[in-house]
Parts: sequence; C-alpha cells; structure tokens
Amino acid sequence: MADPAFAIELKGISKAFGPVQANKDINIAVPKGTIHGIIGENGAGKSTLMSILYGFYKADAGEIFINGRLTAIPDSQAAIRAGIGMVFQHFKLVQNFTVLENIILGAEDGPLLNTSLAKARKALADLSREYELDVDPDALVEDLSVGHQQRVEILKALYRQADILILDEPTGVLTPAEADHLFRILRGLKEQGKTVIIITHKLREIMEATDNVSVMRRGTMVGHVSTDETSPEALAEMMVGRKVLLHVDKGDAHAGETVLKVEDLRVRDDARVERLKGVSFELRAGEILGIAGVAGNGQSELLAALGGIQRATGKVTLKGADLPLSGAGANGRARRDAGIGHIPEDRQTLGLIMDFTAWENIAFGYHNEPKYQKNALVMDNAAIRADTEAKMATFDVRPPIPTLPAKSFSGGNQQKIVVAREMESDPDVLLIGQPTRGVDIGAIEFIHKQIIALRDAGKAILLVSVELDEIMSLSDRIAVMFDGRLMGFRDPASTNERELGLLMAGITGEAA
Amino acid sequence: MTKLPKWADLALVPIISLVLAALCAALVLLAIGQDPLAALAVMVNGALGSASGWGYTLYYATSFIFTGLAVTVAFHGGLFNIGGEGQALLGGLGVALACLFIPWPHWSLALIGAAVLGMAFGGAWAAVPAYLQAKRGSHIVITTIMFNYIAAALMVYLLVDFLRPPGSMDPASARFAAELSLPKFHDMPFLQDFLLKYDPEGAVKLTKDGLPQYQRVPANITFFIALACAYLVWLLMWHTRLGYEIRAFGKQEKAANYAGISSFKITMTAMMISGALSGLMAINNVMGQSERLLQNSAEGAGFIGIAVALMGRNHPVGVILAAVLFGFLYQGGAALGMNTTIPVELRTVLQGLVILFTGALNMMVAQMLGWFFRPRAQTRKGGA
Repeated sequence: MADPAFAIELKGISKAFGPVQANKDINIAVPKGTIHGIIGENGAGKSTLMSILYGFYKADAGEIFINGRLTAIPDSQAAIRAGIGMVFQHFKLVQNFTVLENIILGAEDGPLLNTSLAKARKALADLSREYELDVDPDALVEDLSVGHQQRVEILKALYRQADILILDEPTGVLTPAEADHLFRILRGLKEQGKTVIIITHKLREIMEATDNVSVMRRGTMVGHVSTDETSPEALAEMMVGRKVLLHVDKGDAHAGETVLKVEDLRVRDDARVERLKGVSFELRAGEILGIAGVAGNGQSELLAALGGIQRATGKVTLKGADLPLSGAGANGRARRDAGIGHIPEDRQTLGLIMDFTAWENIAFGYHNEPKYQKNALVMDNAAIRADTEAKMATFDVRPPIPTLPAKSFSGGNQQKIVVAREMESDPDVLLIGQPTRGVDIGAIEFIHKQIIALRDAGKAILLVSVELDEIMSLSDRIAVMFDGRLMGFRDPASTNERELGLLMAGITGEAA
Repeated sequence: MTKLPKWADLALVPIISLVLAALCAALVLLAIGQDPLAALAVMVNGALGSASGWGYTLYYATSFIFTGLAVTVAFHGGLFNIGGEGQALLGGLGVALACLFIPWPHWSLALIGAAVLGMAFGGAWAAVPAYLQAKRGSHIVITTIMFNYIAAALMVYLLVDFLRPPGSMDPASARFAAELSLPKFHDMPFLQDFLLKYDPEGAVKLTKDGLPQYQRVPANITFFIALACAYLVWLLMWHTRLGYEIRAFGKQEKAANYAGISSFKITMTAMMISGALSGLMAINNVMGQSERLLQNSAEGAGFIGIAVALMGRNHPVGVILAAVLFGFLYQGGAALGMNTTIPVELRTVLQGLVILFTGALNMMVAQMLGWFFRPRAQTRKGGA
C-alpha cells in the first residue's frame, strides 16, 4: 500500500519503443500540495513518462498510485477522472472558439450548450478570482497572447476538477514577465492544495518555481532532491552525467570595422503583412550581436532576408558592396558566395534534408564548390564523405558515420552537422538562429564554445535566440526585437533580464 | 513499426506482394470458371517459352523502362508526372517527322536524329505543365493529365489532316523507308545464336509471311539504349549536382530554397528530362516496331511507367526489373487471349492487381513482415 500523502507515486515504470528503452524502472513520489519539477535533457524520457501518466501510452511494467490508490490509466479520460490535468507544450485550443467554448469543449453537460456555458461562466469567474487567472471568457482564442492561451489551458484543466496539474515545457513561448506571472499562478494553485508538476529542461525555472526536483537521464531516474538543497550546477551535472560549464567563458571582444550594414530593412509576408518594419544596425568583425525577443516578432524574417531566402526592401551592404534583396541575385547560394553563412532557426525544415545522409547534408548549399567536384559533370562523393568524416571529428558528431541519414541523429548532433557545415565554410558573417533549440546541455556547451571561437577569429556574428540566458552570456551587444522593430541596443554588462524583458514586451523607458 | 532489414525491404516485400497479387488473380480466374494453374502455364509459355515470346516481352519492357525512368526522375523532384502518355505520343511525332522527312544515309544516323527529335518533342510537351506549375501554381498532376488528352487529339488531327498518305483510310502516317529499319534481336549475331539455341523450333516453324518464327521479334537495339538510359539516370540522380538539387528539392522544397536551389530551374529541368525520356520511348515502338506513326502509338505505356516506377522504388535497377515484369504480364496476357477462352482484358485485371499490391498495399506487406522481424525480447509481454 502506498502512502496517501503522495498525490502521485510511480513504481517501477518501464516503457520501450522497439529497441529504445524510453523509461527504465522509474520510481517517483510527488507529495501533495507541492510544485515538483522533472528535469532532463531532450530524449531523457520525461515526456514519455508523463504520457504514460496521462494515458497516451501504456507502460510495459510498473504501477501508478494516485492519492495512495492503485489506479489504472488506460486513456486520457481515465486520467481526467483521476484528477489529472495536462497543459501541453503545444496548446490544444480551437483558435476560432471563444475562451468559454474552449473550456467546455469535451465537458459539455448535454446537447444544448447554454446551460454548460452559463455554468462554465460562473466557474470561470470563481477560478479567475482565486488564482489571478484573469482572461476574458468571451474573447476568441486567436486574439489572445500566448501567455493568455496558456492560462486558458490551465483553466480547462481546473474546470475539469484537476487536483494534479502537469505542465510540459510551460515557459518555452513566454516572455520573462509572462513566465513570472505563470509561476505566481502556480504558487497560488499550490496554496489551494493542488499539486503541480513541471516538465522542463530549463534549470532557471526549476530553481525559481519548484519545491522538489527529479532528474532524468537516458530513460532512468537519477535522483530526487529538494530544490533548496541543490544548485543549477549540481542539477546540470546530474542531467548530463559529468561536470558542465553553465557559464560561457569568453574574453573581451576585439571588434574591428563594420562588415555588415543594414539600413531600413523591411519584409512583407505572403499576406502582404509587414513583418519587419525598418530595421537598421551595424555588425562589426569580431563581435556577436545578440537579437533577443519573443518568438514571432520578426527575427525569423530578419534572418531569412539576410540569408537570401526572403525578399526584402531597404539597403544591406557587406564590406561596402550592396547585397541584392530581391530578384535573381537574392538567393542562398549568392549569399554564401558573398561570404554569409547561415545556421537557420529550424534545422529540420531548412538546415538539413532529413532523408539525406550526413555527407549529403555536409555538402548542402555548398554542393557547387569546386572541391566537391570530380569533373565538370560528376560530383566527387568520396571527397564529400572524407570531408564529412573530418568535420564530424572536429565537431564531435556522434555517431561519426557519414552514411547515416540526418533523421537518425539526435537533435544536438543534427545541429552540430549544420554548425560544422556553416562554420567550416569560413564565412565573414555568420547568421545564427536558435543555435541550441532542442539541443542537449553537453552539445549546448560545445556549440557556444565554437561561436565564441569564431568571434575570436574575427568573424561577425548575428545571433538570434529566444533564450535570454543565451543572448546574455554570448553577446557583446544586445538588441531587442519587438513587433518587427529593434527596441534599442544594450550592453550585456550593464543590462539585466528585467530591462530586456520589458523591451521584449514592447515597453521602453525612453520616449521614442 | 519495426524497421525491416534492407534486403527484406528491397526483395522480400515486392516478391510477397506479387505472390498476393497472383493469389488474388487466381481467385478471379476461379470465379470465371478457369483453371488458374493452366492459365499461368499459358502465360509463362507465351511470354518466356519461345524466342518470339521473349522478343515481345523485352519489346514491351523497353518501352516501360523509358516511361518508368521518366516518372522516376520527376518523382525525385517531388513532381508527379502523369503525362508520360502524352509525352510519348509527341515523342512519336518527333520520331516520325525525323524518319519521314529527312533523307538519312544510314539507320544509325536516323536513330540519333529520331532520338533527338523524339526527346525534344516529349520534353517540350512536359515543359508547358512544368512552367504552369513553377510560375502560375497550376498543379502538375492536373495539367499533365489534361495534356495527355490534348496530345491524343492533336495526333488525330495531324494524322488525319497532314500525315496520312493520300488515298489511305487509316489515320496513320506513311511507312518509313526500309533502310531505316532498326536491327532486331535476331539480326544481332550473338543474340541470334542465343535465340536459336533457346528455341530451336522457332527457326523451323514459319509464320504466315513465310519467315521463320524467331525472326518475328520486335525487340530491337533500343532495348540497349533503354539500359544505357537507366545507367545515365542513376548517374544523374546520385552523382551530379543537378541530380542532387532535384532530390533535395523533391524532399524539402523550403530547405532547397535555403540552399539557393531555384525552384523554377528544378521544376523545369526535372520535368523536361522526364518528358524527354517518355518521348525517347518512341524510338522503340514507332521506329523499332510499327515503322510508321499510328494513332495511339504509345498504347498506355506512359501510364504503365507510373506503376513501373512505383514498383521499382524509383531506382533505375528496380525500374528495369519492374519493366520486365510488366513486359511479361503484357505478353503473357496476350497469350491468354490468343490461346485460351480467357478474354485478353484479363491482363488489365492482372496489371491492376499487381499495381494494387506492389504499390498501394506495399506498406501492409511491410508491416506484416515487420511482425516476423521483431526483436525476440519484445514479443515477450511485460518481461520483468
């Protein structure tokens, strides 16, 4: 018999997908009325474990106890009945429904909606008051900000009488201020006796919001600690299995002359909506300019326009020469020839052909280089493979097998393939988008070192990231992007997260 | 789903699919009161049992290799070229014009000229849908189907109003000059010996027009051109920059854009190479066999090419094997019609079943096989 003081107790949970053991004999106990963090790298098995708890997968072995009672959870309906609510990383909301309609979706009391809607409206008012969860019940979900959409998801779970709330990577899309608000909400829930589980790979969140934390690594549970008694460094070491450098070691920048000059850059999307509304900056040799901002504020368009993927207007000069921003001369190949490398934000749809082998991907975009040709007609595949082996060794890509398709590598190793390709081509300017998204801590450390090394070699680097920590620790100058504009430049030594967070939300101290 | 070992995926899955198709065909034959085993014997004997049977099987296979390669090239570029039939018809027009209106001194020069014109016409016919897709966004599946109909109508118009010799009642062109006749298998010294050894009776038995039977073989020198094309397509797709760009574009168009690969250039070139290969087929059927341009010269080979490419997994080697299989079905089906009371239309049923099982139900077979190839440990449920 399990202890009823635990809201959730898992004993000996195992789950395999083919030869991959996603969860191996997992034991975890979450005390009632606490906020519990589950941390681990990508692929450590956190999401599998939660999917088992929510009835998406059936465990091969093991038992689940809810409030001390052995409970079978064959599907998500059973999980809801057991009082478990789940907030997914990608929200499951109907965009053109109102908040109220989304909340009763799947929990209607009968064929006629009015009674359910009235009931939900009242319940919603109570919940909003209780937990600082204010959302307009009649607003359309598509008009809400991401932070508010997340609150709708939480309200959905609470409306279904959830006592145990599981949040999967909850702050991935939030500004720092929104994240702080979320943590306040979660603390409020805890005070009301609810149990909260946060799944994340971000150490900062764990330290800030949780009472206890469980660490997973490669499908196993490596330890449980009380958050008060641990440190980010200790947690990182548990996650990776070795000591990791969380702070990037870097010397001072020796910025040289201006390499890239961008003036009044504007981009319209296919729907003729202006996404980039006149961006100007200068990028000097030997410096890293970090662009911070919440995803979707024009950073992608900035990279695409500079990388030759998207038409733009304005003026961009590279070492004094004008770059074409539209027409035949504006394409990825011309940019590479001009000396601009580009590590795209989305390696799986842009940076790599997932079905191509590693060696085919190492040549991707550089397949016209003379060193890869046997003669005028035929490519020298053997030379590309040899080159791939060398790059895989330098960038520690594992496994170092050039003939393996890109999709068979882990996220971190896929990213290393892209980074190796773009950095080794020796560009004057390197555009980097989300260099460590979905990348494990060990690989993050490695990629960060490479970026610094490239800067020290006198290259100009434009770094776009939604991870504020990354921007703060790597950049020599920081610009914040909001709604297609740059909100001003800051020195990382003299700014702080709060100031940047306000800029990310479009609030500027100085009158414009 | 368990991943199959490569050999099982490449060899076992198609073979089992074929066996399933054959079993289904047997049921159909039983249902119409025929003996399936006897029918199979007639088919095998008709297609592979004699020199002329082989000759027809390989003649059909030649056409299917061309159209199968055509579909393959376009498919790697993410383009589904259904227009092989129309491109082959236009290729026939090019071949016929070359053979009718240019006084070639020797068949070999005529073959080169006809091949060039056939490829040019087929490629041009594919270029229009390609342009419409690349520039206007008209879907290539729709436009190439439409272009098949336009091609068929155009051929009728040209044959009836321009190419038909005066006084002829046939919607067909005049016969090409006899010197332009391409060498058949039985004209080639080495193959002749082989055919005679394989089928001694064929040398004795005479056909209606007084020739020994083994000499009534339509398979001709273009078979080797088809094999050479398969090699060239392999070289193009996996060893040249253009092939690399076509494959990259076909897999992930957005990523190709990131790499600076022009979608217009790739759509146009991939479709024109595809159309040229379909058009090149005409040197086999128009120049090699009928020696004049008939109204429906392609006889559906353009559509069979889709099935051939599908079954051949869009690889030249697979295309050759699948083309020979479909050649067998074509010739064997004809033998059924000639030598039994089974209607010749049954070959359409057979083809349909083969396409259904090797193409559409392929995944089902792979899944069933996956069950056998599952690692042992996993079949024990909840081990610990």
